[in-house]
Amino acid sequence: MEHKNISLIIDNHKVVVPEDTTILDAAKSIGINIPTLCHMHLKGTCADNHPASCRVCVVEVKGRRNLAPACSTKCADGMEVKTSSIRVIRARKTVIELMLSDHPNECLSCPKSGKCELQAVTQHLSINETPFSGELSLRKKEMTASIVRNMDKCIYCRRCETMCNVYQSVGALGAVGRGFNTTIAPTFDRMLKDTDCTYCGQCVAVCPVGALTERTYTDQLIDDLENPDKVVIVQVAPAVRVALGEEFGNAPGTIVTGKLVSALKDVGFDYVFDTDFSADATIMEEGSELLDRLSKFLSGDKKVPIPLMTSCCPAWVNFYEHNFPDLLHIPSTARSPQQMFGAIAKTYWAEKMQISRDKLVVVSVMPCVAKKFECQRPEFSTNKNPDVDYSITTRELATLIRRANINFDALPKMEFDNPLGESTGAAAIFGSTGGVLEAALRTAYEIYTKKPLPKIDFEDVRGMDSVRSATIDLNGFALNVAIAYGLGNARKLMEEIRAGKCKYHVIEIMACPGGCIGGGGQPLHHGDFEIIKARQKAIYEEDRNMPIRKSHENSSVIKMYEEFFGKPLSEKAHELLHTHYSDKTIKY
Amino acid sequence: MKISSVEDLKKIREKASVLLSPREEGDKQDSSACCGLEKGTAHMQILTCGGTGCKASQSHLIAENFKKLIAEHKLESKLEVITTGCFGFCEKGPIVKIIPDNTFYTQVKPDDVEEIFTEHILGGRRVEKLLYADPKTNKFVSDSKHMDFYRKQVRIALRNCGMIDPENIEEYIARDGYFALASCLLDRKPEAVVEEIKKSGLRGRGGGGFPTGMKWEIAAKNKADEKYVVCNADEGDPGAFMDRSIMEGDPHSIVEAMEICGYATGASNGLVYIRAEYPLAVERLKIAIKQARERGLLGKNVLGTDFSFDIDIRYGAGAFVCGEETALIHSMEGKRGEPTLKPPFPAESGYNGKPTNVNNVETFANIPIIITKGADWFASIGSEKSKGTKVFALAGKINNVGLIEVPMGTTLREVIFDIGGGIKGGKKFKAVQTGGPSGGCLTEKHLDTPIDFDTLTAAGSMMGSGGMIVMDEDNCMVSVARFYLDFIVEESCGKCTPCRIGNKRMYEILDKITAGNGTVEDLNKLKTLAGVIKDTALCGLGQTSPNPVLSTLSNFYDEYLEHVKDKKCRAKECKSLLTYLINPEKCVGCHLCAINCPADAIEGSPRKPHVILFSKCIKCGMCMSRCKFKAISVR
Repeated sequence: MEHKNISLIIDNHKVVVPEDTTILDAAKSIGINIPTLCHMHLKGTCADNHPASCRVCVVEVKGRRNLAPACSTKCADGMEVKTSSIRVIRARKTVIELMLSDHPNECLSCPKSGKCELQAVTQHLSINETPFSGELSLRKKEMTASIVRNMDKCIYCRRCETMCNVYQSVGALGAVGRGFNTTIAPTFDRMLKDTDCTYCGQCVAVCPVGALTERTYTDQLIDDLENPDKVVIVQVAPAVRVALGEEFGNAPGTIVTGKLVSALKDVGFDYVFDTDFSADATIMEEGSELLDRLSKFLSGDKKVPIPLMTSCCPAWVNFYEHNFPDLLHIPSTARSPQQMFGAIAKTYWAEKMQISRDKLVVVSVMPCVAKKFECQRPEFSTNKNPDVDYSITTRELATLIRRANINFDALPKMEFDNPLGESTGAAAIFGSTGGVLEAALRTAYEIYTKKPLPKIDFEDVRGMDSVRSATIDLNGFALNVAIAYGLGNARKLMEEIRAGKCKYHVIEIMACPGGCIGGGGQPLHHGDFEIIKARQKAIYEEDRNMPIRKSHENSSVIKMYEEFFGKPLSEKAHELLHTHYSDKTIKY
Repeated sequence: MKISSVEDLKKIREKASVLLSPREEGDKQDSSACCGLEKGTAHMQILTCGGTGCKASQSHLIAENFKKLIAEHKLESKLEVITTGCFGFCEKGPIVKIIPDNTFYTQVKPDDVEEIFTEHILGGRRVEKLLYADPKTNKFVSDSKHMDFYRKQVRIALRNCGMIDPENIEEYIARDGYFALASCLLDRKPEAVVEEIKKSGLRGRGGGGFPTGMKWEIAAKNKADEKYVVCNADEGDPGAFMDRSIMEGDPHSIVEAMEICGYATGASNGLVYIRAEYPLAVERLKIAIKQARERGLLGKNVLGTDFSFDIDIRYGAGAFVCGEETALIHSMEGKRGEPTLKPPFPAESGYNGKPTNVNNVETFANIPIIITKGADWFASIGSEKSKGTKVFALAGKINNVGLIEVPMGTTLREVIFDIGGGIKGGKKFKAVQTGGPSGGCLTEKHLDTPIDFDTLTAAGSMMGSGGMIVMDEDNCMVSVARFYLDFIVEESCGKCTPCRIGNKRMYEILDKITAGNGTVEDLNKLKTLAGVIKDTALCGLGQTSPNPVLSTLSNFYDEYLEHVKDKKCRAKECKSLLTYLINPEKCVGCHLCAINCPADAIEGSPRKPHVILFSKCIKCGMCMSRCKFKAISVR
């Protein structure tokens, strides 16, 4: 449909915009930034939150009785808008003052301080006093393995609700109660841990204030680093290195791998390893599983579960365990790279280094908050000693670097330690939507066809559309693949599978927008999807720069199989690199 | 029997008119003579009010008792007991009306039935003690049309309430019911129906006052595979019960009107969103829907035409905000009942995203008669910009509490003093709150304001759904504002900041003032908050919620000032601001006050004047009520 242009006047400037443009966007197009709080739209995804409820973005529209919310009022031809009249400023200021009157105002010690959008608007409006005071609304606090809810700080923007319901279709968070004591919480104001929450952390990623934050393990980490009896090793996920720089003022998409390694060494880790190593191992296992299922399928086995779905994303694993207990045989049994790394480190590597399990602390730096929950799953521990002791987010790492007073910009570039630091370009792209599948295809193609890939890049599976599909020619066999991010999209695919209408052989699912690069533990994007796109670009650049770009060519991985596992899907591999799923349906 | 033509309808009308015409005659003509079977009256009808209010006073037993006596006397062929909807004069309920002499008995108890039966029904002598006595003349008035309460009323929306048996479709048909629908389906194009409603000037009776015809036109123009007609029966204003009474007293008019709307807008689905606290209305509506379906007046191929329309009932849990149409639609969809920004209007994207026309019960009740009598007739009633009549629920410190219907443009004075009979106990009128909790308080100076949508808004209040609460000199206006804010704080959905937090803060300031801790600065804060909330709240509830504060601030600023500066409440309603004093000259030292004081705040030796210790006094007023010598006063 062709859009007609309309013209209007904003603060005495004539603006021409396409029909259906909001006043907020029209003003932005001429450099007027109207402050917002509840509004958030990850353009290109269904994560569009515009309840028009915070009333911070109100503007004056000539002829209109009351003020209009700029975020959701569409421009009309001939409209005259004032974005900063006295009336508007007074209203905006009063609205913020009201929010502050029901806010703990503990900014000095709030984990969001400095990144809080309420704080930013308060400063923008130069609010130096809080004229209104009174009762504070009573809301719950909760600490789960991944997410901390401190709902006293909630300003009721409902971004989390949109992420949880519209984007993820999980429905763990929603409005409960009414009036002054309305809160965002699970149904009947239950605890999050008693719900279908997948700990994807998208609520945390979009919360403008300190109401929803990740559970931090930095203090525990510092204690362990200080302990001379412990050998503390770290693994870093692929999506971290393309985002961490943002915390130190680098442009989104800056690759900081070398500095990251330096920083971790400076902080005091004994060994700095790479999750990319185990991502390559994941491909060995998952790729073999795919080929195994495919060969059975092609030989007429009707019982073999097709499609195979990836299982790297812990939120996705939680999602199907809670929602699709009848389809638990569909996803790959391969553990996620984080957990494969932990298992490898505490067996293969620990034996090699002659370090006893109880002395070894395995830490992961992840773009994700669900990883915190994942590493605490009982099936990933031996004698109550977890394979991965705990996981910190990209943001927590930045905090740690700042706390250690390290000048990040001035750090030299360093290499990961070996052997668990060697990786390929295939592992690097695990951080983006489509990356796991492409990595698997690079390996599966060569093993299946016994021919080298004509072109390493599978451009067809790349991109930022939230659901994509492609057909890959495997020696005449048309392999149908699909990629989706967002659990809402995953749900649709799962329902197709349940209904027997799925035409795909392999499906990759990641919960977060754009994959791990848009994870709940990443530097805050404040609703700007362009930041996530820039990270994706960097991911593929990282891949291109790697000398080896196929997982099965990782020499350290090959050596590990020779020395320890034998071959993919071996008994030992099954024991340490694979998992099982169980029905986690919640009865309400 | 299925009704498939106008002829069928006419046959039923003719048949049912036998019972209806004496009732209609009674309303038109005067007959001072009392009828009675022994006097030779051939047939009599006993109408008993079956509205919720009268039922609460056992009106159903009244009807039963009549039926028992009729059976005992084997007079079934000569007497008919009919349970009608609300007569409106609830102050004087339960009501019993005798036809054909149109005698209007008030405050009837089940035990009075025997006397009415023997004296009036048989003997032809009115039972005077049950007649209404005009407070001005002290004379008995047997016919309701001569009562001040009814004299100035024009009953259009309430035309059938207190007239027909709401559970009998034939009585509705006898009152030209379903003829409007027939006329639309058989003789008019949908556009012509919309045009007729537009021409009538009917505006939404739920509070907004949006032109109904225009609303229909927008819904009609939006093309979609499915469209909906929704009847908003989520009456939530405290004290308002016109929608309930219409549904209880004339449910078929809603069914018929929704069908007409469906025909006009191209919808085939009707939904009534009704609060579950209205069980009788729900029951009557269900009966009406069932009867209409059985007669072929609802459902597939209505009246044998191509038009199909059916009605489903959805229950509300009693959230005030669900009266707002977008919140109502979300609630019907099973979602949280909270408003969303308009546009999109329901007429574009409503129930399940389909074009939906939402009208209130009273609005719908006007539709059939507009079609039957014509837009010009309707437009001839009322004021220039507000046509027709409006139903008001009169309540508060007024003599004649009840449901009334007057032409738009009637003044507040006529409503309060003529129809309402003035202030209770001869006290002085102070204010009237119109428009429910989000309306404003109007004063003496507004008494001669003609009531319509625009004049009320201009005066700082609003029409709302038609609640009218009268206050006298004993009402403290700060407390009144605080009371309404309390309601709003309770009923806010919590979605937008100004309504969620702003109203709470306003309430807290008002609470502080009534507790005697207010300052002049608080009054300024109130003004700022009220202004910003009005300017920034998301929905109609929030935008109008400051009205009680704004209107009392502008009309009773002195009273606010007295509270904050002099720490005085002239209405003596704010307990914290009261001081109880013992006049030593009158006190005989009987010690009765001290014995009764729950706070041990009174000291004194026997037969010597006592003293109240202010530090201990909880201002309960017990001492004053117990003192036999009028020695205690409050200041």
